[in-house]
Amino acid sequence: MGTSLAFHFVFAALGVGLPVLMILVEGLWLRTGDRRYYRLARTWSRAMLVLFAIGAVSGTTLAFELGLLWPVFMRNSGAVIGIPFSIEGFAFFIEAIFIGIYLYGWDRLSPVAHWLCSFPIAISGALSAASVVSVNAWMNTPAGFRLANGVIADVDPWAAIFNPATTSEVLHTTLAAYVFVGFATAAVYALALLRNRKDGDAAGAVRVAMLVALTAIPLQLVAGDFSARFDAHREPLKLASEEGQFETQRGAPLRIGGLPDPSAHTTRFALEIPRLLSFLAYDDFEAEVRGVDAFPAADRPPVPAVHLAFDLMVGSGFALLAIALWWSLATRLGRHEPNAALSRALVVSGVLALLAMEAGWLVTEEGRQPWIVAGFWRTSDAVTTAPALDLTFYGFSLIYVLLAATLGWSFRNIAREPVREKPAIPSGTKP
Amino acid sequence: MNDITLVVLIGLAALTLYALFGGADFGGGVWDLLAAGPRRDAQREAISHAMGPVWETNHVWLIFVIVLLFTCFPAAFAALSVGLYVPLTLVLIGIILRGAAFAFRAQAYRDERLVQTMGRIFGMASIITPFFFGAAVGGLAAGKFAWYSPFALGVGVFAVALCAQIAAVFLTLETDGALREDFRARAIAATLAVAAMASLTPWIAALTKPATFAALTAHGTLLDVALTGLVAVALLAGLWLRRYALARVLVACETVGILVGWYIAQAGFLIPGITTLAAAASPATTLRVFIWLVAIGALFLLPSLLLLFGLFKASRRAG
Repeated sequence: MGTSLAFHFVFAALGVGLPVLMILVEGLWLRTGDRRYYRLARTWSRAMLVLFAIGAVSGTTLAFELGLLWPVFMRNSGAVIGIPFSIEGFAFFIEAIFIGIYLYGWDRLSPVAHWLCSFPIAISGALSAASVVSVNAWMNTPAGFRLANGVIADVDPWAAIFNPATTSEVLHTTLAAYVFVGFATAAVYALALLRNRKDGDAAGAVRVAMLVALTAIPLQLVAGDFSARFDAHREPLKLASEEGQFETQRGAPLRIGGLPDPSAHTTRFALEIPRLLSFLAYDDFEAEVRGVDAFPAADRPPVPAVHLAFDLMVGSGFALLAIALWWSLATRLGRHEPNAALSRALVVSGVLALLAMEAGWLVTEEGRQPWIVAGFWRTSDAVTTAPALDLTFYGFSLIYVLLAATLGWSFRNIAREPVREKPAIPSGTKP
Repeated sequence: MNDITLVVLIGLAALTLYALFGGADFGGGVWDLLAAGPRRDAQREAISHAMGPVWETNHVWLIFVIVLLFTCFPAAFAALSVGLYVPLTLVLIGIILRGAAFAFRAQAYRDERLVQTMGRIFGMASIITPFFFGAAVGGLAAGKFAWYSPFALGVGVFAVALCAQIAAVFLTLETDGALREDFRARAIAATLAVAAMASLTPWIAALTKPATFAALTAHGTLLDVALTGLVAVALLAGLWLRRYALARVLVACETVGILVGWYIAQAGFLIPGITTLAAAASPATTLRVFIWLVAIGALFLLPSLLLLFGLFKASRRAG
């Protein structure tokens, strides 16, 4: 399940972010008549074809896997969190329909009508991501039901969807998709620029992708701060684990890096900035931050993994901001082509964005352990009773690895295949 | 009508639409695998052309059914997942291989051998998936989740034949000339295969006596079986007389008839371990919210579906 989710996260992020890039390039083509943007739209359209096939398959797999691997968990929680999954079902329907229209309708619709069909894809992509993330938020801060002798009672699906963590998690995760897709696309085309300086299409692609990334990354840092403050108030144990804070302390320092040692109840080798954690979490340099040790040992998450993943995420976030600013100044928002050093930095940014996203997912999942639904069910209680669980689990993991490898191979094929030039925009359709 | 009944009807309607549209997709894969004769490549091209824009949408019906089951009848969802673990896992593997092979084949056109391999995986998975779906349904009807019983495996073969039939009939409307004759011949053959399985399965049932056997011979079911049989005869006549638009309507009616027969037979038994719908259902609030959601979702879904099918299925030879 974990492996499936880690892969699905990447497919899903591409599915949320890529349509926004499509809207931009096709819109730029319609507005400027610049053939580069038309060729990019056609190339990405082919990438999307493969991507959504895999996304659909991966989504179906997850729907089944939830039942096959976690039937007990699902039996308990279906009544409470089925509704966001149902919303996602509808969003997915709309998405699949307009993807079909978009991908196969290039020659059947007027250019403007075709362009308009990309909006429902982007909107339903964001909506389905938001509803699924609301389920994850519910696992962190459950709401909308109570347990009466182990049986779910007083169900309120709306309270479950709009649980306390939903706002911060939905913002942070949706922005992560745009950040990832922006930097990852820029990285792919920056690599092409490094190989061939005169690749005009690649320069156009880097510009569009970086404009998305430049918009998303500062918002993401604000959303991240908002999430951490939320943790401080609602999930103090998670915050303490993220920060490697073992003892409860007034004027707690911000620890950058270091290696938490749960048996010694301390985080070694970290760069400590005095009192900053108290200030960031509570706007007060003297505020008390509760440490991991203030919570029962049986309820603590694996602190080293959570702290290191958290620092990897935050560190990558700031590095991405720096690269985005460098790009905007050096190229005057893409009016000039990036030089070799900046191109290399852009390639690195793609990797950092991927690491930041996966690390962020690790923080929210590992930070909640040993619970699957915080305070209600432990992960160990939720697993299936069906036979050969290990075999199924490894089987599915293997399938996902194969899917990812083949997806990468297809993308490479698509990148190498030149786009067939179609007639220019018919006169009178240009807005 | 109470909320539970309404949700069940919504679920059965979605399942029927999945059988029809998803079935046509699976059947397309079957004919891709069985493509033969001088127009082999043209047959494959026509199948791929017909499936391309709609196959993802066709499979969202399944996701919708799963989500409905899990939201409104979580206990039934858990019981089915555990009881039919093996066939459903095989279905899932089939779905993964099928979707992936279909998409990757489109990208591998410069490597002849790879195209062939992907095509073969796509075709095989298109048979395996409906077969185990059928076996899972048969296992439910047989009671005790006995998906490996002769009756259930028979239903599996029945399901594959039905998919092939739906696809062949639909494809007669997507092609013309000699290619259309190819699919007409296939549609007739598949209709006969469906008729054969429809007669054979009750024999197996009579010999092995599955749990629903009594219900299969009850009045409601028998009426449905008789009507469906008449539709199948009319369908055969329609294909013979080359009335393809009529045949398309009839094959849809036949599929609905077959599924309704199963629904009626299963209604008295439900799922092993689940005795009443009310006991398996989610609390009233969840059901009510779900129904409202379906009503609002339909406002967006129906026009979108009409647009999609209007664009790609109404003007046959436009692209």
